[in-house]
Amino acid sequence: MSSSTVPSAMNSEGAQTLQAALAEPLRARLSLRTKLAGLLGLLALLTYPFALNTPFAHHVMILIFLYALMAQSWNILAGYCGQISLGHVVFFGIGAYSSGYLFATYHVSPWLGMLVGITIAAVMAVVIGIPTLRLRGHYFAIATLVIGESVQIVFQRWEFVGAASGIWLPIVREHPYVNFQFNESKIPYYYIALAFLVLVCLAVAYLERSKAGFYFRAIREEPEAASSLGINVSLYKVIAFMMSAAFMAMAGTFYAQYVLVIDPETVFPLALSILVLLIAVMGGVGTLWGPVIGAAVLVPLSEATRIYLGGTGGTVDLMLYGALIVLICIFRPSGLLGLFKHRRVRALLREGSKRGNA
Amino acid sequence: MTKEIIIQAIISGLLMGFVYALIAAGLSLIFGLMEIVNFAHGEFMMMSMYSAFWLWALFGLDPLYALPLCTMLLALMGLATHYGIIRPILRAPMLAQICATFGLAVFLRALAQFLWTPDFRTIQHPLVEGRVDIMGIYLGLPQIVASAGCIVGFAALYLFITRTETGLALQATAQDREAASLMGIPTDRMYALGWMIGAACVGVAGVLLSTFYFVFPEVGLQFALLAYVAVALGGFGSIFGALLAGVLIGLLESLGGLLIDPSFKVLFIFTLYLAVVFMRPQGLFGRF
Repeated sequence: MSSSTVPSAMNSEGAQTLQAALAEPLRARLSLRTKLAGLLGLLALLTYPFALNTPFAHHVMILIFLYALMAQSWNILAGYCGQISLGHVVFFGIGAYSSGYLFATYHVSPWLGMLVGITIAAVMAVVIGIPTLRLRGHYFAIATLVIGESVQIVFQRWEFVGAASGIWLPIVREHPYVNFQFNESKIPYYYIALAFLVLVCLAVAYLERSKAGFYFRAIREEPEAASSLGINVSLYKVIAFMMSAAFMAMAGTFYAQYVLVIDPETVFPLALSILVLLIAVMGGVGTLWGPVIGAAVLVPLSEATRIYLGGTGGTVDLMLYGALIVLICIFRPSGLLGLFKHRRVRALLREGSKRGNA
Repeated sequence: MTKEIIIQAIISGLLMGFVYALIAAGLSLIFGLMEIVNFAHGEFMMMSMYSAFWLWALFGLDPLYALPLCTMLLALMGLATHYGIIRPILRAPMLAQICATFGLAVFLRALAQFLWTPDFRTIQHPLVEGRVDIMGIYLGLPQIVASAGCIVGFAALYLFITRTETGLALQATAQDREAASLMGIPTDRMYALGWMIGAACVGVAGVLLSTFYFVFPEVGLQFALLAYVAVALGGFGSIFGALLAGVLIGLLESLGGLLIDPSFKVLFIFTLYLAVVFMRPQGLFGRF
């Protein structure tokens, strides 16, 4: 990565090894306690819609799942592979438009449309990725930002997909599971969003332990060294981009089916690209749980501040939000997950010094 | 389409281009110094435009007279940003730096909307208004003044950086922080100075723009986007590159809008940028 991330000579060597150790993935087998906690968490999530049976309670959770899904897809490329994209919304929009267009025009099941969207997004990732992934650091970030804005402009003028007015998906009452439309209750959406999120988290968990995952992290830390060790750097960057784009497209289809109206202003905004990045950074990039924690904190927070502070047309919620992000970057650059890691490391250090004294 | 219209488009494109150039120069200076992209640059400009507007609305001070005051205000804002936000994250990962300035942008935009509502405001009857007619070519006087002001600002910046001792110290810090520090240059103060000058540049541009452009909380976004493209196109850290890229962008925007389709004018700029960067990843004048 850029030279600004290289620790300075002032840092003691111990701190460096500590950081390196922190960056190492946990390959240890999951303890029984972790497994039990995970099982309980999943059970709680599965029973939640019936315990808190109001549309709003469901809606907030659906939003958390959706944003966590997006932040996790962004995390694959940026967190694990180190390529900071500011235009990820392109793939979200492609997913929304692919299934939305096919459903609105030909009544193709959105599930099929989602597969089409994923394919198009992956192909687009290759097309965009091959030239842009050669760029370093900020050049890549600005290039993806520019591509995101350009795609929005193209969709705003493209008559074939409804130009600026977008696509209104027809409301269909029969076969809700085939048509991916649930007009009576939000509960099916809840479970589908949860399933998507679990899917992407499983993929990332698998990635963390796979060879490709190690390649990604090697590319993030030292592209030159990775290349000298025989890793095909450009190939693996493109693979990371494709994976990331595919999951983003899934989120796009879900959004289209959930809201049933898509237009360039809502599915291609720069603000969404940034929001996804902020969620991941808030939780902790390059970690499995970071994006999930980020979404679980930010989404309810922004809903709550919007309800209690934003009602009168004020923007106090956005001010708090901006200030919070700045504060997190200053005091906890490793994200909220860093808080836990910090404690664990301190505990380890204490243990180590005790052993040293004995 | 007559020759006059095309010449007019070229000249007004050039005029806008110098404004873009000064905005981009501030961004580029900060990046050259510490490899941080200020994603709140557009919001700095918005703040400068609002300060000019309120000085006019409350005290009847014309933006041209208010220029030094607003520039100083922005320099102070840059200074505060450096010590409050940037200094603690100098050694943080690039992502944290990006997020911190994005967070600042979100905060400033929301603050402006909270304090001053999202209304579009204009300064009526500024000191210079109307337009001139030079051989059938009509040009807005405020645009000419803004452009001239930005050229003067840019020249001052260039002379300061290349001719004064402090400017050379800035350059030295940008080239090699450790070595500059060993030579007795207070690099931390150089960073603060860089933020002051960078913010002052966008402050000058903002005040001059406020004489003929709407003032609203989101105004910075479009200008900042073009400035990022200008900086990347010219090459991060190259102030001269920012000038050339800014002018190029102004020309392309005006000519593309006239000759092909106004709704696509930004797209031409983006396409040019992508084309250049794919062939020369470090931009036109970038050091890699």
